[in-house]
Amino acid sequence: MTDKVSMTLRVNGSSYPISVEPRRSLADALREDCGLTGTHLGCEHGVCGACTVLVDGKPVRACLMFAVQANDVEVRTVEGLANGDVLHPLQKQFWENHGLQCGFCTPGFLMLAVGALEADPDMTEEDLREVLSSNLCRCTGYQNIIKAVKLAAVEMRK
Amino acid sequence: MSPIGRSLKRIEDRPLLLGRGQFAADYRFEGQLVMRVVRSPVAFGRILSIDAEEARAMPGVVAVWTAADISDIPPIDFRMTRIKGLEPYRQPVLARDYVRYVGEPVAVVFAEDVYQAEDAADQVFCDFEEEVAHLDATASPVPFMPHSLPGVLSEPAVISKAYGELAAAFAKAKHIIELEVAVGRHTGVPMETRGALAVHDRDTGVLTMYGAAKVPHYNRDAIGRMLQLPTGAIELSEGHVGGGFGIRGELYPEDVLVCAGALRLGRPIKWIEDRREHLLAANHARDQVHRMRAAVDDNGFILGLEDEFFTDQGAYVRTHGGTVSDLAAALLPGPYLIPAYRANGHIRLTNKTPAGTYRAPGRYETTFARERLMDAIAHRLGLDVVEIRRINLIPENRMPYDRKIDVLGTQVVYDAGKYHDLLTKTLDHVGYDALRAEVADRRSKGERVGVGLAFFIEKSGLGPRDLVRARLLKDGSIEVITGAASIGQGVETVIAQICADALSVEIEQISVVHGQTSRIEVGLGAFASRVTVMTGSAAQIASKALCDKILGVAASLMQKETGELTLIDGIVRHRDSNTTLELTEIAEQTPEIIEAEGWFNADHMTYPYGVHVAKVCVDPETCGVKVEQYVVGYEIGRAINPMLVHGQIAGAAVQGIGGALLEEFVYDEAGQPLAASFADYLMPTSNETPTIEMFLREDCPSPLNPLGVRGAGEGGMTAVGAAIGAAVDDALQSPGLVNCLPIGPSKLHAMIRQYPHRHLVAANRP
Repeated sequence: MTDKVSMTLRVNGSSYPISVEPRRSLADALREDCGLTGTHLGCEHGVCGACTVLVDGKPVRACLMFAVQANDVEVRTVEGLANGDVLHPLQKQFWENHGLQCGFCTPGFLMLAVGALEADPDMTEEDLREVLSSNLCRCTGYQNIIKAVKLAAVEMRK
Repeated sequence: MSPIGRSLKRIEDRPLLLGRGQFAADYRFEGQLVMRVVRSPVAFGRILSIDAEEARAMPGVVAVWTAADISDIPPIDFRMTRIKGLEPYRQPVLARDYVRYVGEPVAVVFAEDVYQAEDAADQVFCDFEEEVAHLDATASPVPFMPHSLPGVLSEPAVISKAYGELAAAFAKAKHIIELEVAVGRHTGVPMETRGALAVHDRDTGVLTMYGAAKVPHYNRDAIGRMLQLPTGAIELSEGHVGGGFGIRGELYPEDVLVCAGALRLGRPIKWIEDRREHLLAANHARDQVHRMRAAVDDNGFILGLEDEFFTDQGAYVRTHGGTVSDLAAALLPGPYLIPAYRANGHIRLTNKTPAGTYRAPGRYETTFARERLMDAIAHRLGLDVVEIRRINLIPENRMPYDRKIDVLGTQVVYDAGKYHDLLTKTLDHVGYDALRAEVADRRSKGERVGVGLAFFIEKSGLGPRDLVRARLLKDGSIEVITGAASIGQGVETVIAQICADALSVEIEQISVVHGQTSRIEVGLGAFASRVTVMTGSAAQIASKALCDKILGVAASLMQKETGELTLIDGIVRHRDSNTTLELTEIAEQTPEIIEAEGWFNADHMTYPYGVHVAKVCVDPETCGVKVEQYVVGYEIGRAINPMLVHGQIAGAAVQGIGGALLEEFVYDEAGQPLAASFADYLMPTSNETPTIEMFLREDCPSPLNPLGVRGAGEGGMTAVGAAIGAAVDDALQSPGLVNCLPIGPSKLHAMIRQYPHRHLVAANRP
């Protein structure tokens, strides 16, 4: 079980040559082996969504995927969302609309929303609420998250 | 334009949005070991042996400790509400003689890697002589640890509070109304689990624990006492904290273990809790049963109230001591006159996870109890639910109102309040009559929809004091240092707004340092909705003092009189010349640091209040309850940042909805927890959450602090159970139906089935 596998993780356009046990989760590999601690672990059983990252553009729970399963994919994490100093419309609207308090669930919500809106930029409010119900937030009561995502969607369509 | 009262976006958000936060799990030190806790699989049992030999021999394992290895470390002491007789019930850092709940730490493994630590923890074998789990806090007390502490029973204390002539009240009463209600076991469940990393610097001799939260200064002293470290040899440091809600940041066994590990093993020790552990081991809350009896006159005025209540505090008495029962006993009468009162609050222990405070502790429970009682009285006397409240609310001309009882060591004196006024305004705001008509109309068409309301009192700004230091840095910016803590609520922004107002600078020029014991000698942390009131007031005093000092220095630099200078928009200006001096210039031209401090003292808390109105729809097929509309009317005195207040109210209200409808720690008959994952412990998602509408009032500033503020942290939650309970009654046209929380579908189904029978019993009572 402790035999390590050498592999390369592609994250936010960079390559990370790592050596991991087959049982190592993608979340642990991102955090511990790549040093990308923006992806947070809230439950490690796939419910809370704090660890949501994009795998080939689709939102995935990084706690439920093994690192070795991510050998030939493009992973995107919150660290890759902004363009240098320029915030992504989602980050900007979360800030403007108080869409975060403690900020622990925020990276997961951002990646969930960016994945959903890139797949369907014209999502209805009902569909957005449904998608956002995939993740848990304990501080905001969700309404400012929904508001921020709706406003970001408008900006992203421009 | 003053920054106070403006919905400015937060200064703390940028790193959190970029994934550059520094949460407990994000710390990493060279040479660190990882700690894994071995937890009890049984609810109650005598420890016969713990076999750790196999674990010790596993790859990467450096040490395995049981209680025998740390016999010099005392149990965890009380931070608050120390009542005589509680000492034997304190929790040891690792179980001694007995385990008393599933999840209790019995051993710890230290290993090179988290996967190795978990593998090894699985190979620590405990042999128990199991005892029958005691799970009913209302049943007669049983022995706490039969062999080790003979004669010590599972009722550590009874908290009694009383005022007025209760016997006379009952003798005079035209109606006596009895009601028993219960609030289930749920808790804060922050999205970040607990975690800590302790590092011992051998050169300086200082032990530093990262991942501190809530009360770093208190915990520094407490850990120091437990590990016999001299003052100055231990520091606590707070990074980002992923939510607190009262439960995170209390001193737990794991905090002490990482510190002891770092000292004794000579390497940094990191511990990050997993979610199952969190649900089993971090403080639970609520779990109260109230048995009330009200003496009421013919007009609906409550002459006297008697309450016998039971708080299930779980396996041990943790840091909060008797706090929850103390608060419940003191604040049950809430916003009403009730001239005679007596409460006996039984603190009872069971074989469940220990319980402490969670957002609105003792008030969520008692507001449910009292407001359900108000509805029951209204129903018995044929009065309207608004009218019964108007009859009993404390009138404005009786303020400040001394309740003649104490809580948390201070006298309960409501500082100011216009209760009737807020009730009227909130009902006008929601269009209450139209709302009632709308639901009645929908009911006539077959829908099960209803409206409920509840009035509540909160408390905030717990003293006795706070200290803030402010200084002008060389780059012309202002650094504000406080011992308050940030658990995600926006401390930096709110304090910066207050300081920016007092100094007349932009909030971006201010940085706020918090949660660092090495930076300031006094700190009370973040609890009891105290930060804006206490730290905010101290920050204003410190900023004004700093402003005076800056003007004094500027006067000598400009060779003018201090009285002729003002600091506006970050520039010192002379009254009648064009001479100006920027803060950067002042800082550069002054050899010493310009610094000032502000102390704020408060003997009494300040009491916010409000009204919750809920509209719910019950699905007759599933008994599922959907909250369609939720309004919180709230008197805050003065809102420093209305957007942040709304965030607090909305977040708290949704947690309240969780406690009212979804969240419950259920146990089987052997004391095995049945809600140990997010698949079983259900928290609200965006699908169960209505838009929380805030009706924020600043009609009644607090006279107790220079800002006129009251706390915002808890009032969004306090009356949720009560308002939703009333709305479900209304939806099903069954007064008094809801007598316990949470109202999950199966429980509501059971309540509906039992309802006709319950009423028959009540009617037959003489």
